[in-house]
Amino acid sequence: MGVGIEVRGLNAWYGKSLALKSIDMTMPANHVTAVIGPSGCGKSTFVRCLNRMHETIPEARAEGLVKVGEMEVYGDGQDPVEIRRRIGMVFQKPNPFPTMSIYDNVAAGLRLNGFRNRKQMDELVERSLKLAALWEEVKDTLHKQSGASLSGGQQQRLCIARSLAVEPEVLLMDEPASALDPISTSKIEELIFQLKQHYTVVIVTHNMQQAARVAEFTGFFLMGSLIEYDKTEKIFTTPADKRTEDYITGRFG
Amino acid sequence: MLKQPGDPETLKLSLWRRAMNQAANVFAISAAVLVIVPLMAIFVYLLIKGVGALDWAFLTQTPKPVGEVGGGMANAIVGSGVILSIASVIGIPMGIGCGIYLAEYGRDRFGDVVRFTADVLNGVPSIVIGIAVYSLIVVRQKHFSAFSGGIALAVMMIPTVARATEEMLLMVPNNVREAAFGLGIPKWRTTLSITLRTASAGVITGCMLAFARVAGETAPLLFTAFGNQYWNKNPNQPTAALPLQIYTYAISPFDEWHKQAWAGALILIIMIVAAVAAVRIATSRGTLKGVS
Repeated sequence: MGVGIEVRGLNAWYGKSLALKSIDMTMPANHVTAVIGPSGCGKSTFVRCLNRMHETIPEARAEGLVKVGEMEVYGDGQDPVEIRRRIGMVFQKPNPFPTMSIYDNVAAGLRLNGFRNRKQMDELVERSLKLAALWEEVKDTLHKQSGASLSGGQQQRLCIARSLAVEPEVLLMDEPASALDPISTSKIEELIFQLKQHYTVVIVTHNMQQAARVAEFTGFFLMGSLIEYDKTEKIFTTPADKRTEDYITGRFG
Repeated sequence: MLKQPGDPETLKLSLWRRAMNQAANVFAISAAVLVIVPLMAIFVYLLIKGVGALDWAFLTQTPKPVGEVGGGMANAIVGSGVILSIASVIGIPMGIGCGIYLAEYGRDRFGDVVRFTADVLNGVPSIVIGIAVYSLIVVRQKHFSAFSGGIALAVMMIPTVARATEEMLLMVPNNVREAAFGLGIPKWRTTLSITLRTASAGVITGCMLAFARVAGETAPLLFTAFGNQYWNKNPNQPTAALPLQIYTYAISPFDEWHKQAWAGALILIIMIVAAVAAVRIATSRGTLKGVS
């Protein structure tokens, strides 16, 4: 089951420049929340702060309260490695491990965290690939084929399966379909719809139709601030803020 | 106006392009041939000169005293194997470790110092390394040994392996590391099991280059392994090595020894080629479909 995410007063910096300005946002469990906004508005930075990926960039840091379920992401003594294990992430560009087979790609997160039970691993790999709607396409070449030899859309579903295999509570997706063709995109969107039964999903997207299709809640970011956050329907039909309206009607960005 | 196909000027341009393309092809092919020719020439020459003295005795017997016909280089073949094993066991892990540091952590002042040191060490003449190991180890131990020879060669391998490993790790796209971090895999695990594995083909090539380079080194072994005309099973004692034996025989005044030196050189090359090929075969097994 997914857990809710609560963000209070989150600030993020790259060196001296402030990239996120005091963000407050509550994302309910087992729902899809979309984050939209023009390039450079901080939406990717925002999701990368949720699992402490932000700080892997040299000179980047973040401060504030982020609660994922009962876990305080920026609490004292929190281990970022453990947090990232509980919060899965899918990136913009599909990034399977190039020298590993399909099976090894999905099993990597388990295996490299010390999981050894072969039988359980087989089950988890199969379950994850089924959840990611890739099982039927790859079940015969699991061990023979490299993850990098799949098509772009398949690679992205492989990456989703890989993050599901470690059984996270939350799945962060940073423009997961922006490098894919329309057919692969609709497969990923269908998949997101399925995934919310088990996970809380936060998705960054450039594509407003996509946000409207998959998300129950949508937040609009502009220049590092959260301008408006509401039900998706509300954002796209009767936005409260003029800037949101300008953006969704294509007047800028 | 855009020129239409069939226009005389377009035709002229396309002829010119085709000619340039041909010229570039010819240049690339001749450059490739020029690389192969010297290697083949050396190999063929060695075969002609060396194969005469190559017989079962050469591979199984120790050198005969001056004036006696026959004998072989068995002890030097085994000695070279021992010395190169010691060098690889020390030099490859240290070189790879250093390369990992440089690529994954050493993006700072200290990293620059290490990088610069490695490049200088790479350029230090091998005989200087031999003398250094002589004064640091051989003088203290008061005897020559395969160990000291192995250490001298290891010192030569480290910078080559380290820089090759660094270059190969830096070629691994950062999004591969990010993917691993995103799965909650600790950094050390990511480096060893993901990044290094992704770069393994290049790292292995670097190790093989370093190995092949030191396998033929004579100078650093003169003051360390020293050489030996008899069987020696103790790596803490003076040990024979093929390059040393070839050197001794080649500068001797005896025709019989000259022939053996040629055969020794042939064996040395065959050993290097065999070792490199064996590693290639061993590491390419289990390669997956579609790995680029």
